[in-house]
Amino acid sequence: MQWEVVIGLEVHVQLATQSKIFSGASIAFGAEPNTQACAVDLAMPGMLPVFNEEALNMAIKFGLAIDANINKVSVFDRKNYFYPDLPKGYQISQLDYPTVEKGHLDITLEDGSSKRINVTRAHLEEDAGKSLHEDFHGQTGIDLNRAGTPLLEIVSEPELRSAKEAVAYLKKLHSIVTYLGISDGDMSQGSMRCDCNVSLRPFGQQEFGTRTEIKNVNSFRFVEKAINCEIERQMDILEDGGRIIQETRLYNPDKDETRSMRSKEHANDYRYFPDPDLLPVVIQDETIERIRQSLPELPEAKKSRFVSDYGLTDYDAGILASTRAQADYFETVAKRCDDAKLAANWIMGELSKWLNQENLEIQQSPVTAQQLGDLILRVKDNTLSGKLGKTVFESLWQREGEVDAIIEKKGLKQVTDSSAIEAMIDEVLNANAAQVEQYRAAEPEKQAKMLGFFVGQAMKASRGKANPQQVNEALTRKLNG
Amino acid sequence: MSIKADELAKIAVLARLKVDPEHLQSLTQDLDQILHFVEQMNQQNTQSIEPLGNPLEQHQRLRTDCVTEPNQREALQSVCNTTEKGLYLVPKVIE
Repeated sequence: MQWEVVIGLEVHVQLATQSKIFSGASIAFGAEPNTQACAVDLAMPGMLPVFNEEALNMAIKFGLAIDANINKVSVFDRKNYFYPDLPKGYQISQLDYPTVEKGHLDITLEDGSSKRINVTRAHLEEDAGKSLHEDFHGQTGIDLNRAGTPLLEIVSEPELRSAKEAVAYLKKLHSIVTYLGISDGDMSQGSMRCDCNVSLRPFGQQEFGTRTEIKNVNSFRFVEKAINCEIERQMDILEDGGRIIQETRLYNPDKDETRSMRSKEHANDYRYFPDPDLLPVVIQDETIERIRQSLPELPEAKKSRFVSDYGLTDYDAGILASTRAQADYFETVAKRCDDAKLAANWIMGELSKWLNQENLEIQQSPVTAQQLGDLILRVKDNTLSGKLGKTVFESLWQREGEVDAIIEKKGLKQVTDSSAIEAMIDEVLNANAAQVEQYRAAEPEKQAKMLGFFVGQAMKASRGKANPQQVNEALTRKLNG
Repeated sequence: MSIKADELAKIAVLARLKVDPEHLQSLTQDLDQILHFVEQMNQQNTQSIEPLGNPLEQHQRLRTDCVTEPNQREALQSVCNTTEKGLYLVPKVIE
């Protein structure tokens, strides 16, 4: 049987506000346990939530960026369940009247084509605290610093058809929220978490199959792996004539498998109802307009501009525009050295290589965009060869100073003085008289290969500093002359 | 719509309410009547009526996004009988 995969994602994005969604406690990451949990977050009797304006603005921003409807009136509801890291016994969320509804975003598929994915809704809610299950003499430790952190839950239509599409969608979302500056998007710190709804159905069938939900996947790579192993699991069951049980599952990256979260005795029944502590949120047209005016250039627009203004290829522009930090870095380098193509090559080549090696983000790069721009300038004006450029790059990476100072200090200046090069080549040819004889006696097609030996010797003699192009020219001339 | 005693027992568990078995029957009857009343309301045509998020005809006031709550862990944890390393301790929960 041919199966069609149906995937929908629920993505929780932590909003980059200063304070919590309903209290004035800080949401800074990494604080000592419970030092950022105030009386409201702890659900002390008589405490009342007051809604954070910035969280609302951020939700509106996101809605506008995905061309969604911004509901003029939205309502907060209580989602009731009991767990120790949820002191109120309910989570404040939005059920029937979310702030954002019916948007869409376009993802790029592997073959380069584009696919539109509809976003059902994006609603505001608060995060829960953290439960720590280890080391407390059979008890569970509760840290409520995270309780009340503002989240935007973004729900896609079940329109994704493979794990790769799901990842492309997630990356697009990540790019949008970081461009907007409404989240730092740091998945390793839980700023973006993803629940994946996965089901299979025979090709051509209209109705959806029974789905399972994989909870809390926290990296792009794990989303792809988790979905793929869930697809395989479901396919095995269905091929054997079995039935999928609708349930919540967890992905274990070490074993690369999903397992059922022990089903609770009683199925979840959240008993939603409007929160009487909070009044309906009314958004004025002027607010929406003001926020619309403040929207930054988004990834798609930036990508097109990189192609039209800088003459980059679609592929290069897509990579450079994928994060705001990378796009800003590129533009600074390109302006500094006035050569977008070289800027793109250095960023996607040497810089990416070093960032990957040390597992750093571009904003953490020890080499600043200005420095890379200066370096490229020195390659362009022939002070440095490409190879020496990489040596200087490494020194910049080790924070050894500025470009010109490094070139000066290490004597890396490329030799372009033709008489010096000629003199050096004469020395090389004299020292290798036998090889010169062989070269001159050889067939022309063999000569091409043999030339490499002399180039190598000459570059070695100049300690890599001779201009390779000039060396090539002079050698060819002298050997053939 | 009507409710049965076993459904009520299940809801009581979800809501962490302890219901005396001897009260289960009478409570079921009371709730059943309330639900019957809700049923009647549900039959009304509300097409042209705006949903009521809150009975007060007011809108939510918004708070400026700034940190106003200092760390009061010590005071807040003084009413809690088991804490360790700054954490509140509760009976073990593992899903």
